[in-house]
Amino acid sequence: MPAAAAIAVLVLGPLLAGAAALVAPRAGRWLGLGTAGASLWAAVALARHVLASGVIRHRVAGWGAPLGIELRADGLAAFMLLVVALVGTAVTVYAQHYFRPSACREKHHAPSAERWFWPLWLSAWTALNALFLGADVFNLYVTLELLGFAAAALVALAGGRAALAAALRYFLVGLAGSLLYLMGVALAYASTGTVDLSLLAQRFEAGPASLAALALMTVGLLAKGALLPLHFWLPPAHADAPTPVSAALSALVVKASFVILARLWLEAFAPVASPAAAQALGALGAAAVLWGGAQALRQARLKMVVAYSTVAQIGYLYLLFPLALQRPDNRGAWTGAMLFVAAHALAKTAMFFAAGNVLHGAGHDRLRDLDGLTHALPLSIAAFGLAGASLVGLPPSGGFVAKWLLLGAGLTQGQWWWVLLLAAGTLVGATYIMRVLTHAFTRFEEDPVPCPVSLLGEGTALGLALAAVLLGLGAGWPAELLQVGAPVAGPLLPGGIAP
Amino acid sequence: MPELDPRPYLVAGAALLALGLWGVAALPHVVRKILAVNLMGTGVFLVLVATAARTPGEVPDPVPHAMVLTGIVVSVCATALALALAQRLQESGGGLELDGRGKEAAGPAPAPDPECGEPSCRGGREGAS
Amino acid sequence: MIARAAVAAACAALFAGLSWVLLELPVPSGLTAPALASLPASGVQHPVTAALLNYRGYDTLLELAVLLLAVIGVWSLGRGELQDVDLSSRPLLLSLLRLTLPALVVAGGYLLWVGTFAPGGAFQGGALLAGALVLAQLAGRGRAVLGREAPVRIGLAAGVAVFALVAGGLALARGTLLGYPPGQAGTWILLIEATGFVSIGLTLGALLAGGRPRTVEDRDA
Repeated sequence: MPAAAAIAVLVLGPLLAGAAALVAPRAGRWLGLGTAGASLWAAVALARHVLASGVIRHRVAGWGAPLGIELRADGLAAFMLLVVALVGTAVTVYAQHYFRPSACREKHHAPSAERWFWPLWLSAWTALNALFLGADVFNLYVTLELLGFAAAALVALAGGRAALAAALRYFLVGLAGSLLYLMGVALAYASTGTVDLSLLAQRFEAGPASLAALALMTVGLLAKGALLPLHFWLPPAHADAPTPVSAALSALVVKASFVILARLWLEAFAPVASPAAAQALGALGAAAVLWGGAQALRQARLKMVVAYSTVAQIGYLYLLFPLALQRPDNRGAWTGAMLFVAAHALAKTAMFFAAGNVLHGAGHDRLRDLDGLTHALPLSIAAFGLAGASLVGLPPSGGFVAKWLLLGAGLTQGQWWWVLLLAAGTLVGATYIMRVLTHAFTRFEEDPVPCPVSLLGEGTALGLALAAVLLGLGAGWPAELLQVGAPVAGPLLPGGIAP
Repeated sequence: MPELDPRPYLVAGAALLALGLWGVAALPHVVRKILAVNLMGTGVFLVLVATAARTPGEVPDPVPHAMVLTGIVVSVCATALALALAQRLQESGGGLELDGRGKEAAGPAPAPDPECGEPSCRGGREGAS
Repeated sequence: MIARAAVAAACAALFAGLSWVLLELPVPSGLTAPALASLPASGVQHPVTAALLNYRGYDTLLELAVLLLAVIGVWSLGRGELQDVDLSSRPLLLSLLRLTLPALVVAGGYLLWVGTFAPGGAFQGGALLAGALVLAQLAGRGRAVLGREAPVRIGLAAGVAVFALVAGGLALARGTLLGYPPGQAGTWILLIEATGFVSIGLTLGALLAGGRPRTVEDRDA
């Protein structure tokens, strides 16, 4: 498949499928599965192109920057598209199980939710694909808005006041963030005459205009990316949404703004971004890791534990900035942070699926009443445990490899405080995971799970958890992919050892 | 056409953005928050149009104009969706206020309805907010 | 209390800092010159329309997706009410509708067409079309214009569908997303704008109902 065709399939496929799902709702599941298959195929094809021939720039409508819009498929884009395709397929498959009518209990979503899930979810998929391919900051604004609309409506699908309030809060914070970002775009255009990332990198000079633009865009993206202290909207939105939506939000949507931020700091605004500001971002990340973990320990509901775990894990991502900005040896930090994105996506999706299975089977997700789950839902608890292993960073999981690379970067650069954070965060993470598992391994008097959970639901959870754990073993190819076109230099591991 | 000084418009745009941001963050009533978001949007569009007018020559820069057109449409759609969410929120009972910037419950989540874990259960019960 | 003061202070600082930066901005040349220079190849004669549908057409495609998504989102939240008022007892209103609705539709079509060489285009025309739909709904005739769901759904999706199919088809045929063949750009743009005009008008008009309109069959599926 030629690269242009792969790009067209990735961006236009889900869009057409979503429009079709509006007109023909009964075909929704098939449209979803078809999109998943096509996206996987196209993402793999694109990744192979990028590995073979390097960064691909696609000039839409034939006009190049600055007049036109260029799409860019570099290693990071291809990598993220693969993650989206994988997690997206899992969400699509799980949704088949989730929306199946259950004789056992009234499902935890509005009766007509499935017919709207497919157009909304496919539109979100379009937005994600378009976002990771984007190389034009205004175009990224439009994709961010598309994603935000879809995500908010998906959260509201759960119905009921709590979900609606969470959705509206999420939506408003997202809108405010997008508009701050757009003002940054306006400043960038006003001072350089372009909105293309590479051209901005060439034309920006250090000065008040570029600094203000970076600040505005950063604050806007941090609000959308739920970094402390702008994280408050996330736990209710991710916990009260329907389960496949929670998974998609935590695994993919929240990472999108991080990836854009990484591109801005390390590429377009590289001469302007100051190391002190990068340390500040890292400090916020550290606070998120510790505070999110502490809050996860205090939650009474399983889905809230998982949601706060997302808040905590997102904090690790922001270690990229102090470890990679303006460093001659930042390859390890870059690869580690992006592998972390993938490992967290797989593990968190598995966790949410497991939590969703518990919720469906038991009718609630109150931890204190969930004794003895291991006997009732062994596969889901196994999935939760394995996913937890990846989140904590046990070998050979993807989480381990990612944290190892970040640790190496911290040591080589003498920023030992991040090493301490990684250790402390791992400890806190292990604690809240164990808290959930101890409930599951106790004895029970009566069956905590009156309703059966289908094999599909448990199987997807377990499959993804295994993928997260085994990612570390197969991390060579993705790591190599990530290097293509990356703004990095230096060896991957301390001492120059090749992976 | 007489030359217009774009600078007051740039400052006005900044003022609208800042005022709108304050409104979203500080006002508890949802409809006011939505109006505040619209203010922010208008501020950004004003800055973009003033930017287009600053370029020398007879014809203003068309690219920011296209951006503003896109932005206006997105803004209208956002307002519509937000208002629909607000309407359903009101119908679910409990009024139209979202606490400040959404302080989460201090401490563990309040004890939920014993029969129902996910707040989507019918009954309009308020979950952890 | 402290939090509110802090927020107010932060916003005041934002205003001050941003104003200062904006006033101190250098004036770059902008993109007027390249936009005008490429105008003959763009298929239209107005630079803003060229930017919207050709140079930055990809943004417009995604924007149509945002429009569709807004309607899907609003419809997913619940049902909306469309009225079916008998206006025979209100002859003045009826005459007003009979005069203005067609005029609005025609004016919208005119704006669509004139966008090729003057300010105008699909969005501007679509807004007038939406105005007609809003007027009809406010006068109580909403069910007459939006009551049949299947054609409305198709109309809503058509703008995005046509644009995406054109973009994808051109990508497969010519190797570039939305890569208009030289000399044919104007025709393709007209096709995209015409379907866009209908979709935009329907979308904005349908959003007023606040939910998925109840049809005669009223299956709450």
